[in-house]
Amino acid sequence: MANLKPPLPRALRPQPKRPGEDDGKTKIGRKDKVAEKGISTLDWIDERTSLSGGARWLMFRKIPKGTNWFYTLGSATLFAFLSQAVTGVILAMYYDPSATRAYESMRYLTNEVFLGEFVRGMHKWGSSVMVILVFLHMGRTFFYGAYKYPRELNWVIGVVLLILTLFMSFTGYLLPFDQRSFWATTVGVAINGTGPLIGPYLNDFLRAGPEFGVTTLARFYALHMLVLPGAIVAMIGAHLYLVARLGTTAPPWMKAEIPADSRKDDA
Amino acid sequence: MNTREKEAYLREYSILKSQGKPFFPYSVAKDSIMAVVVMASIILMSLVLGAELGPKVDPTTTTYTPRPEWYFFFLFEVLRIIKPPSLTPLAAIGVPTIAMILLFLLPFYDRSPERRPERRPIAMAAAFFTIAAMAFLTYEGAHAGSPNQIDMEPPPAVLAAGGETLRMWEAGKQVVAQSGCLACHKIGENGNSLGPNLSEIGTTSSRQAIARTLVNPTAPMPSYAELAPEKRDALVEFLARLRGE
Ligand code: HEC
Ligand code: HEM
Repeated sequence: MANLKPPLPRALRPQPKRPGEDDGKTKIGRKDKVAEKGISTLDWIDERTSLSGGARWLMFRKIPKGTNWFYTLGSATLFAFLSQAVTGVILAMYYDPSATRAYESMRYLTNEVFLGEFVRGMHKWGSSVMVILVFLHMGRTFFYGAYKYPRELNWVIGVVLLILTLFMSFTGYLLPFDQRSFWATTVGVAINGTGPLIGPYLNDFLRAGPEFGVTTLARFYALHMLVLPGAIVAMIGAHLYLVARLGTTAPPWMKAEIPADSRKDDA
Repeated sequence: MNTREKEAYLREYSILKSQGKPFFPYSVAKDSIMAVVVMASIILMSLVLGAELGPKVDPTTTTYTPRPEWYFFFLFEVLRIIKPPSLTPLAAIGVPTIAMILLFLLPFYDRSPERRPERRPIAMAAAFFTIAAMAFLTYEGAHAGSPNQIDMEPPPAVLAAGGETLRMWEAGKQVVAQSGCLACHKIGENGNSLGPNLSEIGTTSSRQAIARTLVNPTAPMPSYAELAPEKRDALVEFLARLRGE
């Protein structure tokens, strides 16, 4: 009963601390000051972009019960792609996409540049790793029935990514311009040309003319360096947006246990 | 899936999701471990397997093996198996195109709500068949002598003559296979059709004409003037006996 006092007028109530206000009691160390600076920087950015809502939505969304290691295959593919992007940029610093100099520039990179062969090896074998991971990831989504409602569109985008990845490999194979890459690509392009309807046109487009020549290399280079990676980045963006939007599937054998309280509500 | 099944799925899924753990840090931790494994594999492969650069490109070369990256082997193998000229477009573009279209449209023809693998026998059978076929073709493609190999029996006249004629014929076949003519020419059911079909070259060109073409061809065909004389003779002998038999 002792608590039954008339409420204090608003102006006399203790005020909650304002952000950044020193109440003189807690000691503020150097660490706190640094944290404070970091937070205020983030606040500054957030005030102008409102990004924090999106970031929170992305990072703290729930992943259903029962997800396992197979669910990491998608992000592993993404990671392999990033590795390709980084090593590819390094290779591009040395590569010369002209028919007369391409081979020499690759030879110089491989034999003379510090760690050159290592970076080339990472890019070369990274492509195999990425192709394997794409197929494994596709297998995972297939066996788990993850392509079904409501994720059909994400499957379709995935198939586009698969094709783009294979085209990356096809165009990249020519670039070192050694015997193997040249002849494999000659035959590959000729095979394309036998295709129905667009075959011959695709063929001319790839070769940049009726014959396999100097401009072919430039064309493959532009596709491999600009067009295809750009398309892949855009498609991965759409793919991941849909993953976050729709949520990752639960494994097909997971059954929801209806929570006890909601069962009571039903009764 | 009808509306009721869709709603049932969404309801079930929202419960499973609400009982799950947040993406950060649980999934992020797993994904990071996987990323380290991927990175380590790539680095290890680069260190162990290296990146050799083949000999410089030479469009006039007479010996090469066009070999694609290993994950395209199955496509090359499809080509090798389906050899009749009229079927090559079907093999190279038709089969992959159909496979891609089937893959694209998968969610639109497989519309049953069932997700458990053991209750989707058709989908599983199709998947295992596809995987087995691709593994088999890749394996075969890796071991086969690449597309520049000629499957062809000696024509009856050569068999009847036997002896030196047959030896020349076999040697010529070998030279043609090694010299990469099949990248541009069709001989019987082998090769590509960039240049003219040579299956019946013996009926339209004399030995001298063929020999002249080899030394002094029209672009884009490379010159084979560097070929050793006995090889060239065998080659001409082989081609002159191609009469579409
Ligand atoms: C880079 C592609 C290419 C390669 C490799 C090639 N050829 Fe040719 N060949 C052609 C083209 C294109 C023509 C047609 C030239 C023309 O229009 O006159 C041709 C023409 C010919 C002809 C004349 C055909 C005719 O109907 O008169 C013969 C014979 C021939 N090639 C034999 C060979 C042999 C043998 C080899 C291998 C040692 C070979 N070619 C390798 C592209 C090639
Ligand atoms: C560059 C290639 C690709 C990248 C980077 C990529 C990335 C991802 C990531 C990170 C996820 C989140 C869930 C998971 O990791 O399993 C995912 C989900 C998914 N992916 Fe991909 N993917 C690629 C290619 C493909 C391909 C080829 C397909 C199928 C044809 C596909 C179909 C799907 C589907 C259906 C989902 C939803 C799965 C679920 O909700 O359980 N993706 N992808």
